[in-house]
Amino acid sequence: MSDVLIKKRILKDHLAKLIILAISIIVVVPLVLILGYLIINGLASINLDFITNIPKPVGETGGGILNAILGSGIIILTALILFVPLGIGGGIYVSEFSDTLLSRILRLSIDVLQGTPSIVIGIFTWVICVVPMGRFSALSGSLALGVMVLPIVLKSTEETLKLIPMELREAATALGVPYYRVVLKVVVPAGLKGIASGVLLGTTRISGETAPLLFTAFGNPYMSFNILKPMSSLPLVIYVYATSPYDEWHKLAWGASLILILLVFGINMAARIFFSRRDGR
Amino acid sequence: MKESVLFERVILGSTEEAKDIILQLVNLSAYFCESRIVKNINLAIEKNKVTSIMGPSGCGKTTLIRCINRMHEMSPGGTTKGEILLYGKDINNMNAIEVRKKIGMVFQRPNPFPTMTIYENVIAGFILNGIRLPKNIMDEIVEDSLSKAALWDEVKHNLGKRGIYLSGGQQQRLCIARALAMKPDVLLLDEPTSALDPKATAKIEELIVQLKESVTILIVTHNIAQAARVSDNTAFLYLGELVEYEPTKKLFTIPRDKRTEEYLTGKYG
Repeated sequence: MSDVLIKKRILKDHLAKLIILAISIIVVVPLVLILGYLIINGLASINLDFITNIPKPVGETGGGILNAILGSGIIILTALILFVPLGIGGGIYVSEFSDTLLSRILRLSIDVLQGTPSIVIGIFTWVICVVPMGRFSALSGSLALGVMVLPIVLKSTEETLKLIPMELREAATALGVPYYRVVLKVVVPAGLKGIASGVLLGTTRISGETAPLLFTAFGNPYMSFNILKPMSSLPLVIYVYATSPYDEWHKLAWGASLILILLVFGINMAARIFFSRRDGR
Repeated sequence: MKESVLFERVILGSTEEAKDIILQLVNLSAYFCESRIVKNINLAIEKNKVTSIMGPSGCGKTTLIRCINRMHEMSPGGTTKGEILLYGKDINNMNAIEVRKKIGMVFQRPNPFPTMTIYENVIAGFILNGIRLPKNIMDEIVEDSLSKAALWDEVKHNLGKRGIYLSGGQQQRLCIARALAMKPDVLLLDEPTSALDPKATAKIEELIVQLKESVTILIVTHNIAQAARVSDNTAFLYLGELVEYEPTKKLFTIPRDKRTEEYLTGKYG
């Protein structure tokens, strides 16, 4: 091959690398901008009082969002406790018995559910939970968020389990292990990492959801731990404060946004560290 | 009829004396949906001997031994016809889980459980079945099985390490130990060295010869030399049919069938 041709190839190679680099930077730019903007605007309002107090009445300065942080935690945790087992169970079923009629119906329903706008899920939960109960409640908020997390968990479970090599199932089967135990003791543990990352993805996804909570958890300016009563949450606080006419509240909204992002970021990092440790044994 | 088949197979070969038969295939056919992969095979396996099943790729060797521990029926569309007698009892009338405890299997590619330690991998058959044993008995089984699999000396200080961190050859011996821990009567080896380098292969072959004292071994191989090195009896399979079944020495020196001869001389395969 002639020298010119080789040089041309090297040039093309460099060009391709440059293009990929440029695209990567373009992808990262929005994230960096959002984070930077949040830090600039939010950092000023974050202090110890901010995360250890509940909001003060309009007109008074200060006040915090502790009730919203804890509220978010409780609502999300309840949603996960109620719906993650359903998602994992459904995912196992769909991956193990992928050709049955039920699996096909389930898969289609989940796809539709995943595409349902969150505001619709909020209204739906209002109709089937808030109206019969006669009041807004954190529990109804958890139901709405749970319905949103369900497809994410189910799909990631299905995708993960499908990737578990057939050889592993055969290894266990050949040892005289019954089918249900092969699935529960070999296939699921081997896919645990993928399933867990699906759960985390779902968690971060719902932790920023506002629309499903508007008609369900509703919000609460006071501290509340009763899941049968209205409860505050970070996205709700951001929504209410940001759309208010008060400068003081705008600052709180910036602060709350930063806290929310930090929490999501924290969950992700913790999970990464946890999994890398487990692997490194 | 069964008796006559048994008789015919038992007196096969040069020796006329009665042999100790552990496993017998009677008119065995195996199907994937409509297509017949294994055709009407009659075979008697001698106890505490190594029997190799040899033949070119795609001749149904693997399907054949997967019938013997009823793994074939797990494959989509997999069905069998005919009888497989273990000590005279048809395994198709036994519980599949019982069959697989009596007839262990080692696969082509080493497949230790990735989430388990070496120790746990050896007793995986107990763990996965929810059988709880006292610690000292478990220790005994682990040491005994690993020793039989010629792996104990290499791993005895690292039993808590994950099985997947071993080398390929060690992983395969771990899989053999895992199968031996269940104290099977028969051990099926499905091309156990095809994913291994020559050194690891030599070690496994040496092991196979040692193991026949305690367990009957059926090994599938497409490696002619391997069949010659390790086995007492050899069955030659071609296009799903049993062409020839003889003591290994006899089959390799004076093959009766033209196809066997051609295979041995490298005409195809």
